[in-house]
Amino acid sequence: MSAHRLETGGRLIDRTRRVRFTFDDAPLRGQAGDTLASALLAEGRMLQGRSFKYHRPRGPVTADSAEPNALMGLDTGARAEPNVRATSVQLSEGMVVHSQNRWPSLAFDVGRIADRLARVLPAGFYYKTFLWPRPFWKHVYEPLIRRAAGLGRAPEGVDPDRYEQLHAFADVVVAGGGVAGLAAAWAAAQGGARVIVLEETGHWGGRAVVDGLVIDGHPAEAWVTATVAALEGLANVTLRTNTSLTAVHDHGYVLADEWPQDAGAGIAAPRQRLWRIRAGRVIAANGAIERPLAFAGNDVPGVMLASAVRDYAVNYGVAVGRRVVVVTNNDDAYRTALALREAGVEVAAVVDARDTLPGPLAQQVRAHGIPIHDGSAIEAVQGDIGVTGVTLCRHSGNGACVSAQIACDAVAMSGGWSPAVHLWSHAGGKVVWDADGAMFRPDPAQGPTGHDGAVFVIPAGAAAGALWGPQALADAHAAGLRAAAETGHPGHTPAPVAEAPEERAILPVWTMPEGAGPRLKSRMFLDFQNDVKVTDVELAAREGFESVEHAKRYTTLGMATDQGKLSNINGLAVLAAARGAGIAETGTTTFRPPWTPLTLGAIAAEARGELFQAVRETPMHAWHAAHGARWEPVGQWRRPHAYVRPGETPAKAVNREVLNTRQTVGVLDASTLGKILVRGPDAGRFLDMLYTGTMSTLAVGRCRYGVMCTENGFVFDDGVVARIDATTWLCHTTTGGAEAVHGWMEDWLQCEWWDWKVHVIDLTEQLAQIAVAGPNARRVLQKLGGMDLSADALGHMRWAAGRLGDFDARVLRVSFSGELGFEVAVPASQGPALWDRLMAAGAEWGIMPYGTEALHVMRAEKGFIMVGDETDGTVTPGDLGLPTGAKKADFLGKRGLERSHLRDPERWRLVGLETLTGSVLPHGAYSVTGGYTDTYQRETDGRVTSSYYSPTLGRGIALGLVRRGPERMGEVLTFPVGAASQMKARIVDPVFFDPQGGRLDG
Amino acid sequence: MLMLTCPCCGVSAEETEFAPGGAAHLRRAGPGTPDDAFEAYMFQRDNPRGVHFERWRHAYGCGKWFLAARCTRTLRVLGTYSARTTEPPADLAAEPPVDLAADLRAPAAEAPA
Ligand SMILES: [Zn+2]
Repeated sequence: MSAHRLETGGRLIDRTRRVRFTFDDAPLRGQAGDTLASALLAEGRMLQGRSFKYHRPRGPVTADSAEPNALMGLDTGARAEPNVRATSVQLSEGMVVHSQNRWPSLAFDVGRIADRLARVLPAGFYYKTFLWPRPFWKHVYEPLIRRAAGLGRAPEGVDPDRYEQLHAFADVVVAGGGVAGLAAAWAAAQGGARVIVLEETGHWGGRAVVDGLVIDGHPAEAWVTATVAALEGLANVTLRTNTSLTAVHDHGYVLADEWPQDAGAGIAAPRQRLWRIRAGRVIAANGAIERPLAFAGNDVPGVMLASAVRDYAVNYGVAVGRRVVVVTNNDDAYRTALALREAGVEVAAVVDARDTLPGPLAQQVRAHGIPIHDGSAIEAVQGDIGVTGVTLCRHSGNGACVSAQIACDAVAMSGGWSPAVHLWSHAGGKVVWDADGAMFRPDPAQGPTGHDGAVFVIPAGAAAGALWGPQALADAHAAGLRAAAETGHPGHTPAPVAEAPEERAILPVWTMPEGAGPRLKSRMFLDFQNDVKVTDVELAAREGFESVEHAKRYTTLGMATDQGKLSNINGLAVLAAARGAGIAETGTTTFRPPWTPLTLGAIAAEARGELFQAVRETPMHAWHAAHGARWEPVGQWRRPHAYVRPGETPAKAVNREVLNTRQTVGVLDASTLGKILVRGPDAGRFLDMLYTGTMSTLAVGRCRYGVMCTENGFVFDDGVVARIDATTWLCHTTTGGAEAVHGWMEDWLQCEWWDWKVHVIDLTEQLAQIAVAGPNARRVLQKLGGMDLSADALGHMRWAAGRLGDFDARVLRVSFSGELGFEVAVPASQGPALWDRLMAAGAEWGIMPYGTEALHVMRAEKGFIMVGDETDGTVTPGDLGLPTGAKKADFLGKRGLERSHLRDPERWRLVGLETLTGSVLPHGAYSVTGGYTDTYQRETDGRVTSSYYSPTLGRGIALGLVRRGPERMGEVLTFPVGAASQMKARIVDPVFFDPQGGRLDG
Repeated sequence: MLMLTCPCCGVSAEETEFAPGGAAHLRRAGPGTPDDAFEAYMFQRDNPRGVHFERWRHAYGCGKWFLAARCTRTLRVLGTYSARTTEPPADLAAEPPVDLAADLRAPAAEAPA
């Protein structure tokens, strides 16, 4: 095994504490402080994953959250979590880890056959091949892809863990706890600004502590320890590790994802905590991302970023190989050679694409006797599931002449560093190509602006393009002072001064060697997770995908779970070269949130189960619950669907409730109906504009049914309106529509007719309302005593207020069932008492409560429409036989209804439907004419909008919308049901029961 | 998530406290108007790259509708104002030039040590 734990070193691990875990069921051991990836490497496990498309064997490339390869499934069952980056997750005792995207095992994977076929699976292959012939997609390609693809497995069962969200406010949020972030935070905090510092990993200091920066004369680690301690001493500063600032949204709204490390230790700890922070300024001190180099075989396990190789050595005491070759185009990678040398690992050579004079870092390497091959490139990596060697060639050539062969078991590569511009870009910051630095960096002239027009993200340090340590620190200090000043908390503190060796200029290298042909390019990987190679991007360019956004989607470059952190810049540089265009004009793809993936658990947090949504209960809810109510959600309300007795089916309960109401008397909790009071000198005029009918002429004491339309002319709500007094009307709405109608009224009054003297109040929850219906309804109410509810005193569609028994009541004589009906409204607090009183008073007539389903059956028997059943946002009042307002000069929807299509006699209109056998039509069924449309669909000419079994009539009844329906009474329509059968139904009048309305009088 | 200030009650709050209502200053096309006028009122909306006048309701606050002038390019909110107007206030009709090119580091770099 090449990768191994070193005898010494490892600043982040505790060598006295062993941690046991399993990987694909093999028991392994790491040390406290390890990441999963470092522990696996220490155990010699370089092979940690398989790529998505070709199932190629892969090892980790990074030691941080940019990792594309080492994705693991953590835990099993309900706690299973797929696609966890082994490079960023802390090892914990008893951890159960599985590799992904392989079958039957990680070492032997049959999916690898796709790799052998790579030549015939080029970019765009899916688009080109799988579209045709269609049956092949369904029966061959899709099952194949589904089996082979898919990163990780979804958890099974309900997540047992707790997630929480936290709202915070800060003047300055600092993303990144490296030396730049800490320097910026210290500077920002001096004037009293509220500062939050978020570090993605479990440790402060970032790269500088590994790279040996000297700050104010001290090693970076000492400076970091002192600065963190000083920050902890400030009351206005909050420090958080294991917290990733993952998204910057408009106007300084940022999301940070915390993984509390005490999770699981006790009930108090959530598994994840999502911080929702409103920040005055965001300092993006989130560093830079090292780029891989594109050389043949750059994806063989053991080829890693140079920074990762030294991170594993310095932080975890892990050598990724026993003999390492470093390949680079910049000075920073020389630090890896020095770190390995310091750790006692043999460095076979440094391969540098540049021909330039040696700088101080190269001189140190040379002084250790490590050979440096300048002007050179890796021609190819040898090895399959592990590196066995490299062949070298001139970088400026085409790779035809191999100049040397070096045996090695790991390669540390560096193609330079890209500032992590993601946080700058999330809310609209633009980047500019810096040709000297071979990088995109934030363009200070085009930053993301807040509500006041000021730029609210301040990049700092490497993220701003200041890659050299001393510059980064000075830049970050200035950023901190600026953020504090701009948020009204200016302060002063000396800038820290850092020392580091001078670095020579980078040589941009996009393929290695420069003139490589297809033989080598077809083995140069750009996107490791999605297996996108240099040749794929060149093919996309040849096929005309010149836009970087198109090429990305065609090749899938940068579309994996790492969102192209490593591949974006290399990929677009290759695209630019293939187009013969510059990198600046080719541009980047868009950097969208999140920086690291967010789990659904963190996004949902406590909003699940009972807390998912508020539930509204009527005053009589407890009574319903105690009497067998099966609930129906209507908006946020819960209404009794039916009161099911022991031994009874819900269907039988509905039939019983209908028959009892028709035969004697029933009560319904109607409290959820919207009740909106409209008052003022212009109230009548206002309501005439809202309803298709006329409400201003309604006499005091009377009620009128009304329909409201949108401006488009389509029905959106209905209900009974009662005229209370000269200037007051009470508008009833549907249960689900109360808020919308109230909002609709406010909108017109505030924004269009603001000079009209009207005010509206939603009284829905102030009143309990009980419908009493059936031939004995009046007898029950009169037994309570008080108000005269006789037919003479209170006719149909009238209302009266008074004392009903012990209650102050408003009684409306209205009916949705077709029976003699009253609705009694009392203050909400009196609802349960009235309900109990009615049940007691009605006992001698066998009174029963009925639910919404019985209500629906009875209204359908009467041909009354239900908004949401008979209407779907495309149905006019005329379609339903309701008042169309044809004679009115204006109302909302009038102009819309004038359009020719809404007056077309061919429109589908309301009718009743009766099957020839008495059976029940399926709700939503369509009738067919036998013809076909221009697009070879079966032509339809009607649909079922409501369908029930009518216990009153002993057969099925339905309402439907049918082309020219009312003109086609008696015709028989054909409704296909399922694949092979059909039902026949006759068009009839929609009023199935008591068409003369004689029962309204009891 | 935007920050808006309700001109009716003076509260500055997050976008989730408000409900959006689409473009402002539409002129209602009533009965008898030509089809193209009605189409413009119902369906045709400008999508400017620049100042956009829009309707918001302080839905979880005072309940009042108000209007906002917001730049769709910079997301800058130039101002919010009463819904009881038919025209945008003249001073909000165009985004004032923002000196984005100024050196972002300038003020802080000069700060005394
Ligand atoms: Zn307000």
